[in-house]
Amino acid sequence: MPSKLASLIEQHESELLDEWLEHQKRALGSAAQRISDGQMRTASQRLLGALRMTLQAHGPEAAAKDPALLQVLDAVSHERVAQGFSPSETAVFVFSLKEALYDRLQKEFGNDAAAFSKETWDVTRLLDNMGLYTFETYQKSRDDIIRRQQQELLELSTPVMELWDGILALPLIGTLDSGRTQIVMQNLLDAVVAKNADLAIIDITGVPTVDTLVAQHLLKTVSAARLMGTDCIISGIRPQIAQTIIHLGVELQGVVTKASLSGAFAYALEHRKMSIVKNSGIAT
Amino acid sequence: MPPSIISETVKNQAVKLNAASDVVMIRQAVRALAVEIGMNLVDQTKIITAASELARNAVIHGGGGDATLEIVRDAANRLGLRLSFEDRGPGIADIQRAMTDGYTTGTGLGLGLGGARRLSSEFHIQSAPEQGTKVTILKWKG
Ligand SMILES: Nc1ncnc2c1ncn2[C@@H]1O[C@H](COP(=O)(O)OP(=O)(O)OP(=O)(O)O)[C@@H](O)[C@H]1O
Ligand SMILES: [Mg+2]
Repeated sequence: MPSKLASLIEQHESELLDEWLEHQKRALGSAAQRISDGQMRTASQRLLGALRMTLQAHGPEAAAKDPALLQVLDAVSHERVAQGFSPSETAVFVFSLKEALYDRLQKEFGNDAAAFSKETWDVTRLLDNMGLYTFETYQKSRDDIIRRQQQELLELSTPVMELWDGILALPLIGTLDSGRTQIVMQNLLDAVVAKNADLAIIDITGVPTVDTLVAQHLLKTVSAARLMGTDCIISGIRPQIAQTIIHLGVELQGVVTKASLSGAFAYALEHRKMSIVKNSGIAT
Repeated sequence: MPPSIISETVKNQAVKLNAASDVVMIRQAVRALAVEIGMNLVDQTKIITAASELARNAVIHGGGGDATLEIVRDAANRLGLRLSFEDRGPGIADIQRAMTDGYTTGTGLGLGLGGARRLSSEFHIQSAPEQGTKVTILKWKG
């Protein structure tokens, strides 16, 4: 049996589109300003077209699973996330079509109660499923963005600096999880090669908790640097961290540790048989 | 040492332990409670670190579980933190061996359990194969 809904959409496609756009704008309020009328119309037109074709091909039962339709919903969700719409504002896109379709059904089948209730039921179920799907996709797109930002932040927050000829400093801030260690280690080893460094100071002043996992990651980083001929100093070991490390039973054997970055730098210079002297006041 | 007599739970908070990111949450939650009762910085750091170890064990070895964080008071009006970490994972067959420094069935240093015990005032572990694991620690203020 050909879908009544499909023919309804086909016969009134352009009026439906206008009515739907009206509903969307009303529901979105000032948020509607985030996209242009043209963008909104294009997205809506695409979905309505896809919905009609799906209904013609599969009927209302299977429509919500049709990949062609889902693809359009995916595209809309991604777009709305990027444009800064909230989840409910994104769902409005689909749910407002329900209202537009109700109005149409009312006009078409208003005096045939059985047909009206059947079609209304189909529309409700179909659009609810489409709305849910859009909502889930929105969530996934947002999670992807958050993950990507975290990744970017990781790289941003692990700089390697050259303090002096061949002396590197690596200030760590935050937690040192496995992913971060990988990046820290890579950055350090790259810098060791690029700067031909023989000493690296890893400063953990900004690492609030040093547990066994962090300790293990620090030791791994130190060993990797050592294999490349670079000695490491770990600085920023505050008294409370020192006590905790001892209770944990972690042995930082063979690693020079210092309370502060300046202490580590002084040690590094000494190691090089260099010192910083106060200028005696003679103008140069 | 017999377990302390706790006369009152002043505050009680439950936290889910499902992923590595929950271990970060636990550290922050424990820090907030330690600050709330005015624990000194050294004890704060110790209890946070112990919590981090036990939470990670529950996630990694226990396949996830629940933590309960409490502010408690004893009869002498002393405040402390009691933290418990419970999972329904494979459990531990030989607890004594698991507590041994350097023993690990994973890729860690094998210092988490022993370290958590040394960092706390009191430590209690309950575990059996297929029965999951529950570790409770307590640290008094000052
Ligand atoms: N909640 C748990 N459920 C099951 N087994 C556990 C649990 N906690 C600890 N274990 C077992 O006890 C062993 C020792 O734990 P411990 O925390 O001391 O070391 P680890 O986790 O292996 O390494 P790390 O030094 O990073 O903590 C673990 O390797 C594991 O086999
Ligand atoms: Mg552990």
